[in-house]
Amino acid sequence: MLKIDNLHASVEGQDILNGLSLSVKPGEVHAIMGPNGSGKSTLGHVLAGRPGYTVTAGTVEFLGQDLLALDTEERARLGLFLAFQYPVEIPGVSNMEFMKAAVDAMRTQRGEEPLDAVSFMKLARETSKAVDLDPGFLKRGVNEGFSGGEKKRNELMQMMLLQPRLAIMDETDSGLDIDALQVVARGVNAMRSAQRSFVLVTHYQRLLNYIEPDHVHVLAGGRIARSGDKSLALELEAKGYAWLENEVA
Amino acid sequence: MSQAHIDSAIKKEYSAGFISAIESDTLPPGLDENVIRFISARKNEPQWLLDWRLEAYRGWLEMSEPTWAHVHYPPIDLQAISYYSSPKSIEDGPKSLEEVDPELLATYEKLGIPLHEQEMLAGVAVDAVFDSVSVATTFRAKLAEAGVIFCPISEAVREYPELVRKHLGTVVPRKDNYYAALNSAVFSDGSFVYIPRGVRCPMELSTYFRINEAKTGQFERTLIVADEGSHVSYLEGCTAPMRDENQLHAAVVELVALDGAQIKYSTVQNWYPGDAEGKGGIYNFVTKRGMAHRDAKISWTQVETGSAITWKYPSCILRGDNSVGEFYSVALTNNYQQADTGTKMIHLGKNTRSTIISKGISAGHSSNAYRGLVRMNPKADGARNYTQCDSLLIGDRCAAHTFPYIESRNPSAVIEHEATTSKVSDDQLYLCQQRGLDAEKAVSMIVNGFCKEVFKELPMEFAVEAGKLLEVSLEGSVG
Repeated sequence: MLKIDNLHASVEGQDILNGLSLSVKPGEVHAIMGPNGSGKSTLGHVLAGRPGYTVTAGTVEFLGQDLLALDTEERARLGLFLAFQYPVEIPGVSNMEFMKAAVDAMRTQRGEEPLDAVSFMKLARETSKAVDLDPGFLKRGVNEGFSGGEKKRNELMQMMLLQPRLAIMDETDSGLDIDALQVVARGVNAMRSAQRSFVLVTHYQRLLNYIEPDHVHVLAGGRIARSGDKSLALELEAKGYAWLENEVA
Repeated sequence: MSQAHIDSAIKKEYSAGFISAIESDTLPPGLDENVIRFISARKNEPQWLLDWRLEAYRGWLEMSEPTWAHVHYPPIDLQAISYYSSPKSIEDGPKSLEEVDPELLATYEKLGIPLHEQEMLAGVAVDAVFDSVSVATTFRAKLAEAGVIFCPISEAVREYPELVRKHLGTVVPRKDNYYAALNSAVFSDGSFVYIPRGVRCPMELSTYFRINEAKTGQFERTLIVADEGSHVSYLEGCTAPMRDENQLHAAVVELVALDGAQIKYSTVQNWYPGDAEGKGGIYNFVTKRGMAHRDAKISWTQVETGSAITWKYPSCILRGDNSVGEFYSVALTNNYQQADTGTKMIHLGKNTRSTIISKGISAGHSSNAYRGLVRMNPKADGARNYTQCDSLLIGDRCAAHTFPYIESRNPSAVIEHEATTSKVSDDQLYLCQQRGLDAEKAVSMIVNGFCKEVFKELPMEFAVEAGKLLEVSLEGSVG
């Protein structure tokens, strides 16, 4: 599915990723943890192709393709989804219109006809219920005036509509209360399948109580300092990151 | 044609009252009283209209070109323009679409314009009978049944002289401004509309279906009179870029809404904006104004994407008590386009209300200015205005300016003004692209969202076209 080899990347001239390697197989859920500034979010943006994030060395293969050679939207259409930590607002563009355009872009990529408005409306309403978001949000501007939790659920809703092959969730759990966290977990668990992989970027072990990862990685200094199974997350919770950083140093 | 020829032609027309034969249908460049006499005679106009034109011309001679607008262009040599050319023979146009600029055709294609309409717009000589001709005939019959008059203004001068004479120049006086005076002196043709008392016009009136008729030329003149209690919606222009050799356009539009009447005037303007370096585009200097009598309502909606230079302020004089004025505008500039546009709401009557929603979008190296005046006269008790003026910037080489003028001479009047400037942010584009949309689609979606409040004022089919038009006009503005 995804094969990252010795990835180096910089933002505004500053090196953030320093030789990160990671392999994600179909159906796997990987959790990426690590202290602030370790490069967790940068990894997600580099994979998604955010402008201004420069890859200086290394390779990334996604579904057999050279991911780094593709434009941002081409990566998305291949099935790479990034749930944003801070989703931006797009005033005036309705959520419904935005999501339909996105779904149609994916369908076009697969050689399918765009969905007709009625079918899409039906699908969107069902999905909004699944993420516990009032269907009224479909008519509002994209993220316009949404609370933090509503924005996160809106991201989840997009993920469910777009049915990606690989979903990278950038601290989707931060700022969520326990109910919202469960909604997110339920959504992710429902989407887990042998063809779909997840990379969960998170600060806290809490999320992993609800979404059980196959692998846990700890980032430090822009590379993976340690990998393990879910017990690694518990160990981190108990000892903190300092323990690990000392060990790496 | 020599001056002597013109002189003799004019004399001849004068004695005969109409022109029988002249050697050429196009006047050489230049403007003087003889030219005006020639135009008037060639159009078979009555004496009063000739006098009216001459008076305008004499006034114009005393005036100078306005320089206050936030636009820059080399001086226009008005003596280098020919002020009369009879409708071009259809044989002069391209013979088929194969002879038409491929880039123009590509634009038509993107706008989804049917083939036969493409031919009309591009000025192709076609002798087939268009569907639109028969459609137009059906329309005319329906309008006639309702008593609505909708015809070229030159025809109205002959057929309904008392109506034209009564209203022409009552809203935009002959010497109102430099370009209006020039238009009054030399106007070529345009539309005349009269809606009888209490009649609700049975359809949207559109210049679209008179596209087969003679070109109205660069000095278009439109007069719409809505009699007491009548309603009319008028659509001007067309989303397709029009082929036109004239660089300067100075039109005048006058709306008269008598007691209780409602006029809705919608414009989509997409004249040639010039190439990517800004060369060769149309200069559009337009005077549009409406007079609203008691309980009347005038609503201007405009979508401006074309022209190299736009200088345009559709305005309302709210003369009668309780009259309402509205201005909804989207002005988009790209590349090196310049627009200075806005409105004037002149509140004279009691409890008059006006709403201004202006959306300016600048991309490329363009400059986009909103200029608006809200004036509350001493007698305008209880008058209200709400102005919302939003600018959207795309890229970092364009400019947006706002020049609001507020004059209140009545303490009971309420004026509200809101203005915002925003930018299509990289983060917004990134979000859209991460969801699989390409940058151009993303920008057009964001811009359409920005314009929504105005688009919803447009007649339905126009709104859809306007959205597509923005998309085409924004091409190349990102990346």
